[in-house]
Amino acid sequence: MDYVLAALIGCFIALGVYLLLSRSVIRMLLGMTIFGNGVNLLIFTAGRLTREVAPIIPSGLDQPEGVIANPLPQALILTAIVIGFAMFSFLLVLAFRAYQSLDADDTDTMRVAEPVDEPNPPLSY
Amino acid sequence: MNTIIFRTIAPLIVAIMLVFSVYVCLRGHNEPGGGFIGGLIAASAIAILGTAIGPAAARRALHIDPMNIAGFGVFMAAFSGLLSLFTGSPFMTSIWLYLNLGDTTVPLSTPMVFDIGVFLVVFGTIAAIALGLEGDGGERS
Amino acid sequence: MGLGMDASIALVAIAPFVAALLAPLAQRLTKPFAGWVLAAVPLAIFAFLLTLVEPVIANGAVSASIGWVPAYDLNLSFFVDGLSLTFALTISGIGALIVLYSGAYLKGHPHLGRFLGFLLAFMGAMLGLVLADNMLALFMFWELTSVTSFLLIGFDHTRQASRRGAIQALVITNIGGMGLLVGALLVHHLTGTWELSALGDEVRGSGLYGLVLFAFLCAAFTKSAQVPFHFWLPNAMEAPTPVSAFLHSATMVQGGVYLLARTTPWLGGTEAWTLILVCFGGATLLWGALGALRQTDLKQMLAQTTIASLGLSVLLIGLGTEAAIAAMALYFVAHALYKAGLFMVVGAIDHEAGTRDITVLGGLADKMPVTFIGAALASLAMIGLPLTLGYFAKEEMYLGLLAWTWSDIVVLVVLVAGNAMLAGVAMLVMVKPFLGPVLPTPKSPHEAPLAMLAGPILLGVCSIVFSVLTEDLGKYLLVPAASAILDHPVTSHLTLAINPASPLLWLSIATWGLGLLVYRQAATLRTLLRRAEAALGWTADNLFDVVMFGLIRFSAGVTRLLHHGRLEIYLVTVFGALALALTLPMLLLGGYDVLLPTAELGNWSDVLSWPDLRIYEWGVVLLALVGLGSVLLAPNRLVAIMALGIQGTAVALIFLLFGAPDLAFTQFMVEILSVVILALVMTRLRLDERDHRPLEDLARDGTLALVCGVGVSLLLMVVLTGTLDKRLSDLFTATSVPIAHGANIVNVILVDYRGFDTLGEIAVVMGAGMAIMALLRRRKKATS
Repeated sequence: MDYVLAALIGCFIALGVYLLLSRSVIRMLLGMTIFGNGVNLLIFTAGRLTREVAPIIPSGLDQPEGVIANPLPQALILTAIVIGFAMFSFLLVLAFRAYQSLDADDTDTMRVAEPVDEPNPPLSY
Repeated sequence: MNTIIFRTIAPLIVAIMLVFSVYVCLRGHNEPGGGFIGGLIAASAIAILGTAIGPAAARRALHIDPMNIAGFGVFMAAFSGLLSLFTGSPFMTSIWLYLNLGDTTVPLSTPMVFDIGVFLVVFGTIAAIALGLEGDGGERS
Repeated sequence: MGLGMDASIALVAIAPFVAALLAPLAQRLTKPFAGWVLAAVPLAIFAFLLTLVEPVIANGAVSASIGWVPAYDLNLSFFVDGLSLTFALTISGIGALIVLYSGAYLKGHPHLGRFLGFLLAFMGAMLGLVLADNMLALFMFWELTSVTSFLLIGFDHTRQASRRGAIQALVITNIGGMGLLVGALLVHHLTGTWELSALGDEVRGSGLYGLVLFAFLCAAFTKSAQVPFHFWLPNAMEAPTPVSAFLHSATMVQGGVYLLARTTPWLGGTEAWTLILVCFGGATLLWGALGALRQTDLKQMLAQTTIASLGLSVLLIGLGTEAAIAAMALYFVAHALYKAGLFMVVGAIDHEAGTRDITVLGGLADKMPVTFIGAALASLAMIGLPLTLGYFAKEEMYLGLLAWTWSDIVVLVVLVAGNAMLAGVAMLVMVKPFLGPVLPTPKSPHEAPLAMLAGPILLGVCSIVFSVLTEDLGKYLLVPAASAILDHPVTSHLTLAINPASPLLWLSIATWGLGLLVYRQAATLRTLLRRAEAALGWTADNLFDVVMFGLIRFSAGVTRLLHHGRLEIYLVTVFGALALALTLPMLLLGGYDVLLPTAELGNWSDVLSWPDLRIYEWGVVLLALVGLGSVLLAPNRLVAIMALGIQGTAVALIFLLFGAPDLAFTQFMVEILSVVILALVMTRLRLDERDHRPLEDLARDGTLALVCGVGVSLLLMVVLTGTLDKRLSDLFTATSVPIAHGANIVNVILVDYRGFDTLGEIAVVMGAGMAIMALLRRRKKATS
């Protein structure tokens, strides 16, 4: 079953990259989210998969009974999800503002910081 | 989205979600849950409230600016770590205090304070984002 | 003495920096007397250094060391021997006079305090440079002299010529600074020590000698303005005159000469050393002397003669005989005395008469008699007449070349010709402005103030006093300095007596005679030289501009190439690199071999057997694929948003199925919120719904995406064949309840074991929130 998930993660990454390479800012946002999900799943799978047993110790015991899921990747991913969401919100608002002030969501037309015809630096002292 | 059914039912949902979020946050140390999830649930509740009664009214209902809540959360989390310095241990060493209240024992601990801090940060930040985006409504470029 | 010797010597280099910081304040408090007050600092240093003369003569050297970065074996160590002391005394003595002079020269200038500060800082750097024993400290002070001289030359920063001169000096001397650093590192690599005084024969014997020599010569030649790096010095004359009098006569430019003298014991004496130094020194001497005759601006004439004198010093070090080194030591002091004096005189003329052009000046002796005396004293020393220090220097340099071999004769001819031209220039500087008919000048000239006269007169008198006290001159100056350079004791044989039978006398007379001839024919020579220059067309100075502008153009081109502003290309670069990083090493190093069917694993049919997924697990995978596919093919943005929600939900379900309820809940909530806020924003934008990519872009992006995806999949599969190091997870699992009192291990890791990380992460979330608020509010303000 690991290999099926590995292939699925490949699909996530591929689609994420493909959308990120698009010129539309909103599509890039979608790509970002999908790419993030892919990476989270990658970490999750690399920590090995265990069916249905959550890393929770039954009450009254000091140690889990039998095999439990690997808790470490889960802790890593949990914060990654929340930070990823904060990042996503920020990019969304940024794209929104860029659209409002530039009236475009095509990255090719967003050239305020790096104008196309930037003059040469002056040749003097 | 502003149907009468939604507006009527929203406060009820919001109330349940808020209570549930606190429950999820507090039980997190021993069962699925914790500050991150609790904060997200509470923030969703505020987002629903904002959609139903309008972001301005939702802000008024909160009384405190959500970003201030988030700031307080960071402060609380950091403070919980600082407490251990008084016992002479390194930063963020946990301290546990079991209160015996008759039949039950209530565990109080610095990780719990820390988790509440996380809850407040996630809740405050995401509620602020949601309300901010909703509040921008009607304003077209 | 209150302080220990170590601290006192260190203070010599540090005190000027402290004084520099206080200079602007001192200037404000003591307005007209700022020069007088601040001159006390170099004067005190001079006095302290004088007390070191006796111990240095008695012991050969005094050393001091204070720890700097002990962990790296770096010490701020100082080493005072005859050579360092000669330089340090010259620097601090002339420095005191210059500070005094500057106070009067720039009287009323709004930035006088800053100027004096720069000057004192430069002096500190220069003192540190000549006293340092540690090569890294030497390098640091060396660079500090470059930086402070940049500030001083560019002091009048509103003029372009001034800025150009400053940048040129900085660039050229910094090339040398890099050379010095490389040289120091190589020497450390070869010998394992940073201390100059600890170096012996190791460097000369090593295979890297050529490289070390090149690095050090690079440093010395750029600093001391040797051909072909000479051109920065005339341009540095854009600096206020006190700067030229200080930096470009006795100190900064002598740094290279000092370095060569300092390295002579362990770097010099080889054939390559002699050949290179004599050739470049000789060329610089002649080039500078000819350059001086070409000029009519007094300051430019002096600058060119400085180049010539530097060439002469380098040549003498290159010869390396006892007489040559003694001559070099004498010549250094003589030159410092008369050149600083002459610069100050020229400054006074410029200040009082309003011009420095030799062709329009004349008859100033009546109006400025004291200035004239100062000029005469300095010029006579420059000509090298008896009873001046210059005389002895000249005698000594000829003395070493009386073996009458061919090479000696060639060098002798070069020396006589160079000295004759310098003497001619000295006569021009002494006679033209002061004697002859009175010519009208822009300002009506009158005597300069005392502070501006003290320097030239005092220095001129010193020159004569030294030469009269022949015995003391030998004992206190020549012997210690020459011994330090040659690393073995030398004896002095200076005498005032003139021996008519000696060829030395006749060489001197020849020099003076030729000098007189040059003086008489100055105008003709100038015309000829200018014609020659015009015929030559371009100079190294033009080349500097070409190189600098070329650099600017090149860097602009590189910036445009790398920083073209097309996000799409940036991303293609990033993901192209990702695709290569994922696949190339694995392919080349055979990382994928573990996936191939082997004897143990069986054959392909086993590997390709139906995976043991349960039906609902297949369902979730299918759901994820549907979500992904819908995002890609969505006909409009609402469908795309919904599809995004579907794939997110599928991810949450995967978490749930494989034992991660916390993740599943979080993912659900995030997915819902994402869809909500995306919908909130997107419905307000009137966006183009379709993905417009040209077919070739589509192919390129698709290929990249596929390679990335396949690369990640294969990487993960390879990872899964290995064994997982579960030590950390096991530790957390085992101690979660007993130590951390929590049954939910994931939560315990987040809030307890890795609490510090989580604190950082919630701070990031908070930061993102604040950034978003700022973006949203800015708009509100703009609209309201």
